[in-house]
Amino acid sequence: MESGSIMNEHPTNRYRLHLMLCAGTACVSTQSFKIKEILEKELKKQGLDREVLVVMTGCNGFCAVGPVMTVMPDGIFYHSLTEDGIPYLVEEHFLKGRPVERLMFTPPAEDVGIPKIMDIDFFSRQTLIVLRNRGLIDPEKIDEYIARDGYQALAKALTKMSPEDIIDEIKHSGLRGRGGAGFPTGLKWEFCRKSPGEIKYIICNADEGDPGAYMDRSIIESDPHAVLEGMLIGARAIGAEEGFVYIRAEYPLATKRLEIAIGQAREYGLVGAHIFDTDFSFDIHIKQGAGAFVCGEETSLIASIEGRPPEPRQRPPFPAQAGLWGKPTNINNVETWANVPSIINRGAAWFARIGTEKSKGTKVFSLVGKINNTGLVEVPMGIALKEIIYDIGGGIPGGKKFKAVQTGGPSGGCIPARLIDLPVDYERLTEAGSIMGSGGMIVMDEDTCIVDVAKYFIEFTSDESCGKCSTCREGSSALLEILEKICMGEGEEDDLELLEEISYATKDASMCGLGQTLPNPVLSTLRYFRDEYEVHVRERKCPAKACKALITFHIDEETCRGCGICARNCPEKAISGERRAPHKIDPDKCIKCGICLESCRVFGIGAVVVE
Amino acid sequence: MMGKLSIQDLEKISQRVRKTTLLREGAGRAKITVHMGTCGIAAGARKIMSTLLDEFEKRTLEDVILTSSGCAGLCSREPMVTVELQGETPVKYVDLTPKKISRILSEHILGGRVVEEYALAKGSERLY
Repeated sequence: MESGSIMNEHPTNRYRLHLMLCAGTACVSTQSFKIKEILEKELKKQGLDREVLVVMTGCNGFCAVGPVMTVMPDGIFYHSLTEDGIPYLVEEHFLKGRPVERLMFTPPAEDVGIPKIMDIDFFSRQTLIVLRNRGLIDPEKIDEYIARDGYQALAKALTKMSPEDIIDEIKHSGLRGRGGAGFPTGLKWEFCRKSPGEIKYIICNADEGDPGAYMDRSIIESDPHAVLEGMLIGARAIGAEEGFVYIRAEYPLATKRLEIAIGQAREYGLVGAHIFDTDFSFDIHIKQGAGAFVCGEETSLIASIEGRPPEPRQRPPFPAQAGLWGKPTNINNVETWANVPSIINRGAAWFARIGTEKSKGTKVFSLVGKINNTGLVEVPMGIALKEIIYDIGGGIPGGKKFKAVQTGGPSGGCIPARLIDLPVDYERLTEAGSIMGSGGMIVMDEDTCIVDVAKYFIEFTSDESCGKCSTCREGSSALLEILEKICMGEGEEDDLELLEEISYATKDASMCGLGQTLPNPVLSTLRYFRDEYEVHVRERKCPAKACKALITFHIDEETCRGCGICARNCPEKAISGERRAPHKIDPDKCIKCGICLESCRVFGIGAVVVE
Repeated sequence: MMGKLSIQDLEKISQRVRKTTLLREGAGRAKITVHMGTCGIAAGARKIMSTLLDEFEKRTLEDVILTSSGCAGLCSREPMVTVELQGETPVKYVDLTPKKISRILSEHILGGRVVEEYALAKGSERLY
């Protein structure tokens, strides 16, 4: 068996340092593979290539400062690596043992870099279950997953547990669906198991469609075997012998790592017939989707796998009764599946200790928008929003004020700054008018116009509506039309009530989750920021100064020194004036791009004013 | 290629791979720091490092972390290493040669007895 290992080329233990270089999509896009090449070249040049190993890992989460690398065993964390910096780094740190301070992370409010990864708040305040292997293993090597207790849960589930035991364990853990709705996973499995039928299917929903959300992509990229193992255990519990991963085609790296993972698992007989010589057999296929938002909805997703147009259908029957090709089918999201092996390994009681009364375990969030530490974080359920945004996220850039956070993507809502102490779990988010959703968190500062945000999401959903239900199709376009009108300064007094009326009609009369939830961004912003809508309608002004139709640019004569920098930068040649004399903006030519404002501010003058 | 895995095979793979990945967990029973400042390198610290790496491979040491750091400040006594056994005071060894470091490895790291004749002092500078 030993000789048959896939990992024949596996390094010996001669290496004294492992350089865990991130190869998640974000770091790849900032050239981490190029960094790898140069690192290896420099290591060779210094004669260190047999002592120092470069390991490409999955997403490390701290996407804001990529490419990132952690040097083990000391845990020195480097960020924003550039090709030019590598020779110095190799000589100083890896040869001479002197960590390079200028490549260490310095939090926004401080001036000294933090050497060790575990001392950086962004990492130290996270709790990892789903992402427990991130940055620690090479996701393309099954042996490294096995070395981190990989496939032990499957072994336990197949040899020491009955399918009913597995379902009980998941039920007791309190695990709920991480894709959006938060339905109890164990119960869902039980419905499908009890559903009559010889042939059953399981599906992994990796059709992550929320703008700004990339939890599922990163989970697959950093630990594909965890998802696979979760599916194998689920299949055993439900009685399925075939499964599908429905993944959007925009995720090439995740798809590739999943293909490699399935291939390696197949070679080891972990996918295929009689796994671990038991009566359990399972095969798995990848189905690439074209990225339509509605495919995240279960019945549309099933239609898409079957080769039909992705349109939702009426439920019941639920997929657990009649799903893929009419057979009982269980669909869970990537993150849900990835939780399963840890629950089986460590037990339901261990899992249930983490989180709040009804929301157990952790949740992975993608933290984006106006936030210093953009990235992917895993936190225990019940953590205060404040801790995510300020302690982990590092607060708002440029000293701006925090205004709101949008959770749950286009189906979710905006939570205002005054609710910053809100504990994040399914119930509390719902009470606040938003949803947990799949875990997108878009942070907004004082320069974000709340009407514009609502418009953005409705634009998205109206575009993505499949058109089957008229309330969703027409409701979303009607909402969009009114929001556009308000942003143009043409809103009328009764528009706000009309927005609410259309929103409730769309919610009530649409068949699937898309239509039922698409009005949430409008309703939640109306609930918390009605005054901002009213200023748009009544005063024809945008308090955040973001709606172009409602703002004008001019130059303050007292302050302007006539340096001419704005005039030189203006793409429309709308600014004129004598040198050293106050300049003027021609309102007919001005396109309100804001370049003059920015350049004037950069030079510390601040003569350009927006009103 | 190999055939199907048995549950026992999982354990075997895990044990084999863990030898190499233990390093990433940052935990070990002992830690050897080779001082690799310019002075150390000039005095032969590279040789000390490669001797240790060879010994590590030969003896399949799994729970000892080997790392490097800059000059320890006593350039005239390089090559130097600091040996820290878990829970014990660090010991600095000076004027090392490949032969001396092999003996330190056998006696101190594996045997738990400080090689007094090569040791400079016990303990490290206090940090403020």
